[in-house]
Amino acid sequence: MNLSCLHAAPPPEKTLSFPTAFFNKLQRHLYGVRTHLLFLLILIGLSIGSRVAQATPFMPTSDDQVLERLRTKPLDAQTVALRQMRLELSRSPQNLPLATKLAQRYIEQGRITADPRYNGYAQAALLPWWNQAQPPIAVLVLRATIRQSIHDFDGAVTDLNQVLKLDPWNGQAWVTRALIHQVRGEYPAAKKDCARLLRISSELVTITCLSGSASLGGQAHQSYQLLQEVLTHVPSATTDEKLWAETSLAEIATRLGQQQNAEKYYKQALALGPDSYLLAAYADFLLDQKRPQEVVTLLKDQTRADGLLLRLALAEKMLPAPIKTHVTALQERFAASRQRGDTVHRREEAIFTLHLLDQPQAALTLAQANWQIQREPADTRILLEAALACHDSTAAKPVLTWLAQMHTEDVALQALQHQLGNKV
Amino acid sequence: MKRYLLFCLSFLLLSCMALPAFAHKPSDSYLKLNVQDTQVQGQWDIALRDLDYAIGLDSNDDGMITWGELRAHQSAVTAYALAHLQILTNQTLCPLKPTNYLVDNHTDGTYAVLRFVATCPQKSDRLEVRYQLFFDLDPQHRGLLQLTSPEQTRTAIFSPDQADQTLALAENPVVQFLQFGREGVWHIWIGFDHILFLLALLLPAVLQRHDKTWEPVADLPTAFKNVLKIVTAFTVAHSITLTLATLGVVQLPSRLVESAIAVSVVLAAVNNVYPLLLGKRWVMAFVFGLIHGFGFASVLADLNLPKSALLLALVGFNIGVEVGQLVIVAIFLPLAFSLRKSQFYQQVTVVGGSVMIGLIASVWLTERVFDLKVLAF
Repeated sequence: MNLSCLHAAPPPEKTLSFPTAFFNKLQRHLYGVRTHLLFLLILIGLSIGSRVAQATPFMPTSDDQVLERLRTKPLDAQTVALRQMRLELSRSPQNLPLATKLAQRYIEQGRITADPRYNGYAQAALLPWWNQAQPPIAVLVLRATIRQSIHDFDGAVTDLNQVLKLDPWNGQAWVTRALIHQVRGEYPAAKKDCARLLRISSELVTITCLSGSASLGGQAHQSYQLLQEVLTHVPSATTDEKLWAETSLAEIATRLGQQQNAEKYYKQALALGPDSYLLAAYADFLLDQKRPQEVVTLLKDQTRADGLLLRLALAEKMLPAPIKTHVTALQERFAASRQRGDTVHRREEAIFTLHLLDQPQAALTLAQANWQIQREPADTRILLEAALACHDSTAAKPVLTWLAQMHTEDVALQALQHQLGNKV
Repeated sequence: MKRYLLFCLSFLLLSCMALPAFAHKPSDSYLKLNVQDTQVQGQWDIALRDLDYAIGLDSNDDGMITWGELRAHQSAVTAYALAHLQILTNQTLCPLKPTNYLVDNHTDGTYAVLRFVATCPQKSDRLEVRYQLFFDLDPQHRGLLQLTSPEQTRTAIFSPDQADQTLALAENPVVQFLQFGREGVWHIWIGFDHILFLLALLLPAVLQRHDKTWEPVADLPTAFKNVLKIVTAFTVAHSITLTLATLGVVQLPSRLVESAIAVSVVLAAVNNVYPLLLGKRWVMAFVFGLIHGFGFASVLADLNLPKSALLLALVGFNIGVEVGQLVIVAIFLPLAFSLRKSQFYQQVTVVGGSVMIGLIASVWLTERVFDLKVLAF
């Protein structure tokens, strides 16, 4: 890991004889202009470089040449069902039950495949109601889910508030709002929302929801034990509920430094089915354990999802013989996302910029902007790592103060706190 | 009730957990438009994945799109895409005609590449683009436009909320004029050779030669007159050659020009120590100013001048050079005038300074003649 910000520091001064000193002084006056020019030259160089790197359009030579693979599996029941529903909806676009059902299926598909296009398809299904100030409750809940997925947290919370006012028994709205609060680091508010699930939903869902925010707000051990107990007593839970609970247990165990327990729950959860969030969390765990080879095995076929590609590239850098093949691809993806005006990838871009581009100052700027939007442990961690790399105690200070207020228990964050305390 | 909610809960439960940070690249298309007079050359890269969702490309439903399948859908793809794009000038449509059908690899998959040409009824300084591709199927789709005209390149993003955009093809002339003016100022300030030449000529301007030694001039008007003569001669001369070279009337190889500029600095410096052209420094300023003008012209040429705005750029740049030059003079004259009587100024500054300027320029001369690199500036 490169921990230097030296390129941002002024050039070292030496004692020089008169003429050299005079011209150095002159040069220093022009330093701003010269760096400006240098920057311009680099930009021009980059634009030429990227033009060279970009392939030119071509005409394939054979009709059999495969250009794109849409699915990894042959036509499955899910795809056929979605097509059928889409066709039906196109005939009667005002059919609310059908539209919400299709939107739900798209969102679910989006989670499994990690393809954001499905969120757009879901939004399209809801188009007749999308821009209404007070759409039907089912549409509001789905709109909130889609809005939070593009980090429009304020918009999502507004929708959910509206739902809960009209229908205080809407479990989906409570759990979605709780998770938004948790992502933003508002743990007391998250716990309050989770508690409302007690009489609406199952015990496992309620306790999983609660343990997520409680474990980050100073009650990690209690949350862990409680969730473990509830999980063993509910053999009838659905696969999704178990997946959520086990992923949560694995994450709490990781934060508590209980590596073996974490490993056990990650493996149990992975056995339940494909899930890109879980894959990323397990890859992070393996990276912290310095087990890059296993990450490569786990993610080598997952290069389409940006977040997973990032972890693959991080692992490849840690191999005994480091590989850099995916760094360029990631660079292009972040550039494309910036061109589009998206800011949802700031955490990943900060991690990429710090650990794969070795540009701590740029990484710190990204991490700080990201921390204003979301405050999961990973968001806090990359900010502290970048601040440490830049020896920037001012940047770290508000984060450390906040962490102390929240009483968050996380061995990785505690190690960083310690290092910052010593070095900054 | 509770049972229903439970069901409802479970299938959206995890969509909250998986934040989009783990996502693929969302759906984008890349539209490049190149405007030349009334013609617009277009290249539109559209993801095969999106086209398949819109009109179905995978004929045999095996989950793979082959070139054969894409080729079979050429007219459908072209018609579908071009039906969702309108280009207008002065509220009149420019009809779109497809010219080529290719593919390209982007970071997130393969794209169909549609090339087309739009012919507008009349020339305009604004282009209206109405973009509607995929917005009905995926409101999170974005169209990323790169618009190139002889004057400039600019970008825009199309979204359902901003589907119609009118884009100016040329920068506002005033802004453009100021931009070139700024370039001119920068160039004289960072061009050490021009500054040193000017300084070598100006250093003795507050003095006069008397019995082989320097004596201070009596009053400010005399000093001012000396400076004015030199600066005017330099300005007139380099303006002449800058104009001639930029308009393509005279062309000189740049190595020759750069070497001659170095010679001019050497001679101007030597003249202060062993006077060759006593009291005729304005002549020197004029003669060598002609050479410096060619130097300025090569900088201006590197800025990729728009042909339509050549005169504007030329005048803007030249005025910028003069302004930059006047700032140097405005700092130099009061300082030199107030120090002119001191021994330090007459001996160390004028003679010592000139020797140093001469030395540096000699190194430049060697560098430029033999194509070497010694100095960092």
